[in-house]
Amino acid sequence: MQDLKLRANDNRGLSQLEAGFDLLGWHEITQGSILHSFDGDATNIVNLKAEERTYSGYNSYTATVASWRVDKPVFNIDVCIDCQNCWVWCPDSSIISRDKQMLGIDYDHCKGCGVCVEVCPTNPKSLLMFAEQRELGEALSQWPEKKKKEEKN
Amino acid sequence: MAITSIKNLKEFSTNNDRFEGAHTLCPGCAHSMIVRELMNCTDDNLVISANTGCLEVSTAVYPFTSWDTSWIHIGFENAATAVTGAEAMHKVRKRKGTLPDNDAPVKFVAFGGDGSTYDIGFQWLSGAMERGHDFTYICLDNENYANTGGQRSSATPIGATTSTAQAGSHSYGKKEKKKDIVAIMAAHGAPYVAQLAPNKWKSMAKGFQKALEIEGPCFINTVSPCTTEWRFDPKDTILLTDLATESLMFPIYEILDGHELNILYRPKNVLPVEDYLGAQGRYKHLFKPENKHVIEQIQGDIDKNWEMLQRREEARI
Repeated sequence: MQDLKLRANDNRGLSQLEAGFDLLGWHEITQGSILHSFDGDATNIVNLKAEERTYSGYNSYTATVASWRVDKPVFNIDVCIDCQNCWVWCPDSSIISRDKQMLGIDYDHCKGCGVCVEVCPTNPKSLLMFAEQRELGEALSQWPEKKKKEEKN
Repeated sequence: MAITSIKNLKEFSTNNDRFEGAHTLCPGCAHSMIVRELMNCTDDNLVISANTGCLEVSTAVYPFTSWDTSWIHIGFENAATAVTGAEAMHKVRKRKGTLPDNDAPVKFVAFGGDGSTYDIGFQWLSGAMERGHDFTYICLDNENYANTGGQRSSATPIGATTSTAQAGSHSYGKKEKKKDIVAIMAAHGAPYVAQLAPNKWKSMAKGFQKALEIEGPCFINTVSPCTTEWRFDPKDTILLTDLATESLMFPIYEILDGHELNILYRPKNVLPVEDYLGAQGRYKHLFKPENKHVIEQIQGDIDKNWEMLQRREEARI
């Protein structure tokens, strides 16, 4: 197999062909293949945060599925209580949490499913879905007010 | 043995993900929630194998892999066999002292969908359980062959429409009941067998940790709502899991050593099964007047099953 010396993040936003992958044809692939997730030693990976790791070009962390999205979740840090519900239920490992704090969304890996918005317990929600082309500032300026409990008659 | 803390969700969230994004599972798929949770609940090295299925085809799309641990895919039915082979090899090399790091704890995990667990890989799984290897098998139960277009499997519940058991003027969908895989695996005398759901993240993480810690073959069945084949909005994955556990369609319980049953979650208000069925497109036809008896039958089966589980828990045998 050819050597793919692509640094992490280098090919973000590009398709595989644009990124310079010279893919093997079906008749050239030998039976069984190994994809190394990391460059160099990978024994201590569990103790390293994503930004400290040396991802190889084979790791899907270096790829993107941003084009799948129709709506994007927008995160409002002022309302967030760091409950981490979105982190535990995000199917795409796209919620960036460090030191028990929710920092934001990894828009390279988010597919816009909206699970994080559904499980957000705050009032108003600290994550809301907006159309993909909306600017972040514009979305934040349209954040709804706190909903009052409906009075019982 | 190093196991990360799961006192609360904040504590849990300090773990570094070993399952990367940009896999090609559908948006809102519960498979990756379950896999992420398993890999986050331990610090140990993991050797993982996966049966053919949604999880395998989506996480290893050449030239990318989403796994930060050792991971192997071979045949449709062989995840249990492959991982038990690796476990046997590890045991021998540990005894001979030929491993790079002889003391590093390693856990062996196999993932399979319901098709490869209930049907195609059943014989291989049964063999691996009987041989008593130290591994954990996790079934991601989405109740059909979702990878190939939603054919019926023996995990599909009665009344669901699938591409090979279609509902129409002559049929109300699948006519056969779902196989009770948890009871079958418990009958193998496995030390730990459980049924868990991703919405109850804590009981799921604890169950995973127990299964990894216990020496011997462990089996866990997890409910994994399939947005494509169950036909619901991707954002409702957790809602569907909630409805499944609250209506007792998927009771959460564990069986220790083949006989000691513990119920891990008791809903305060048990929902009628109509709430769960009505949230999915695959059961839409059951709400026609001529199919009402199927809903009654499903509710009856659920009630009987819950009664049985409660009595078994009381009996402590």
